[in-house]
Amino acid sequence: MSNTYNAGVKDYRDTYWLPDYTPKDSDLLACFKFVPQDGVPPEEAASAICAESSTGTWTTVWSDLLTDMDYYKGRAYGVEPVPGEDNVFYAYVAYPLDLFEEGSVVNVLTSLVGNVFGFKAIRSLRLEDVRFPLAYVTTCGGPPHGIQVERDIMNKYGRAMLGCTIKPKLGLSAKNYGRSVFEGLRGGLDFTKDDENVNSQPFMRWKQRFDFVSEAVHKAEQETGERKGHYLNVTAGTVEEMFKRAEYAKSLGMRIIMHDFFTAGFTANTSLANWCRDNGMLLHIHRAMHAVVDRNPYHGIHFRVLAKCLRLSGGDHLHSGTVVGKLEGDREATLGWIDIMRDRFVPENRSRGIFFDQDWGHMPGMLPVASGGIHVWHMPALVSIFGDDAVFQFGGGTIGHPWGNAAGACANRVALECCVEARNQGRELEKEGGDILRAAAKHSPELAAAMETWKEIKFEYDTVDKLDETA
Amino acid sequence: MSDIQDYPSRANDPKSRKFETFSYLPKMDAKRIRAQVAYIVSQGWNPAIEHIETDRAAIDYWYMWKLPMFGEKDVDAILAEAEKCHKANPDNHVRLIGYDNLKQSLGASMVIYRGKGY
Repeated sequence: MSNTYNAGVKDYRDTYWLPDYTPKDSDLLACFKFVPQDGVPPEEAASAICAESSTGTWTTVWSDLLTDMDYYKGRAYGVEPVPGEDNVFYAYVAYPLDLFEEGSVVNVLTSLVGNVFGFKAIRSLRLEDVRFPLAYVTTCGGPPHGIQVERDIMNKYGRAMLGCTIKPKLGLSAKNYGRSVFEGLRGGLDFTKDDENVNSQPFMRWKQRFDFVSEAVHKAEQETGERKGHYLNVTAGTVEEMFKRAEYAKSLGMRIIMHDFFTAGFTANTSLANWCRDNGMLLHIHRAMHAVVDRNPYHGIHFRVLAKCLRLSGGDHLHSGTVVGKLEGDREATLGWIDIMRDRFVPENRSRGIFFDQDWGHMPGMLPVASGGIHVWHMPALVSIFGDDAVFQFGGGTIGHPWGNAAGACANRVALECCVEARNQGRELEKEGGDILRAAAKHSPELAAAMETWKEIKFEYDTVDKLDETA
Repeated sequence: MSDIQDYPSRANDPKSRKFETFSYLPKMDAKRIRAQVAYIVSQGWNPAIEHIETDRAAIDYWYMWKLPMFGEKDVDAILAEAEKCHKANPDNHVRLIGYDNLKQSLGASMVIYRGKGY
């Protein structure tokens, strides 16, 4: 049946509020948390969010009638009050798959978190979760290798991997920087890492850093007989420069490179992930800038959505927070998004902030990287929380050891291995962790010295972005 | 400075070579080996034994001892195979593996008998 054209402004809900709609398996689903402006009914606000992130605009236009708007439009199919909050709601929106270009998280984000976030009828808006339909997931490249392939490349089984971010963050010469890498790797770490803001500054140009780090990695492999990597940060001001650095890292026989997906952008990241897949290079992903958009509980994008987008765009490692270290991260919410990084199928679980089932199909998983203010005393909790499929990334917790990086690295490795062994023996790490570490320290002066150095350090601030209450 | 200990690893000392998981802990004894075998069985993984000459430990493909013990749940039977492999190759590293066929990976891999001089 054809409609007739009536110019003017209609309520959004007349077109976009479909509370009886049953989402299709192929729909892309989104859950937004919003605070409406005074006097705006929640259904109207939810419909406005739906309209502005799909086909709508503020007024009726004649050209709507040239297409099948009822097919293409988004559908606001639910509104719920957020438990324990006043005038805060969840809006559920279903988008037909045709609205999004295949293989482009860029296009998805441009719709879902585009103009709508500045929309006047909404006081604040947060994208809490997205269900990418499997039909969409299969159009994306995803992680270049994934967890199992990385284990085979690195020859690391039955335990988490260990890393260390080289400090000071900025200011070292390339040769001194390589020294710190070498000492950490020869002491027993699997990886060392460029800090995110290490790109190619005047005090250490990228080429010299890559050369000295390469020597450090190769020499540490010879000395220990184990496989090693250093996340060479190829993030750069242009994609041409990024690829140049990636190619050079490969020419040096390096196994892994690094990228900052959010400051550099999803387009660059997806291209780099494709390059890594083609060239057999592992890809470590840092997340600088994420807290700008994911920390405010009422406005922005939840990290679980960024993690999903990054898994689609591609990365083999992604920083996840530690739960126990110096940076923000609620335990249940963190468990939720590490499942999102690693698992094939993640069921809806509101107690972990997961609003939708997510089926990843055959797409490989990513290793969560627990980084930020961790040291040997955190190891029992880290092994208990993350299990084996993770990277525990130290910094000061290796380099700050009183005898230097090699001893610090050895202490980290002994702590990890004694905790894994004890877990396999059926012991409860979070109860017996202290005893397990103290027993291991009897055979490891390096661990004993680390335990003495950091015995008083704790990070017990309250989390700012807590999970919403569940009804 | 006198409080600082040197990290004793050396490129020309074979004892500085490591062999991945649990190689930073003391050598395994019978009790500890048994516990790890029991863990592999409890996870539903397929146990396997491999060995290699100590100077070739860096390669991926160690010698398989027979075939992986698919479906073997008897800890003593698995330990007996490990010991047979060790007795037949006393100078070699011997490792215990738990094949996780669902993940197409190794759930566990550790050297349980270190080769001569290690």
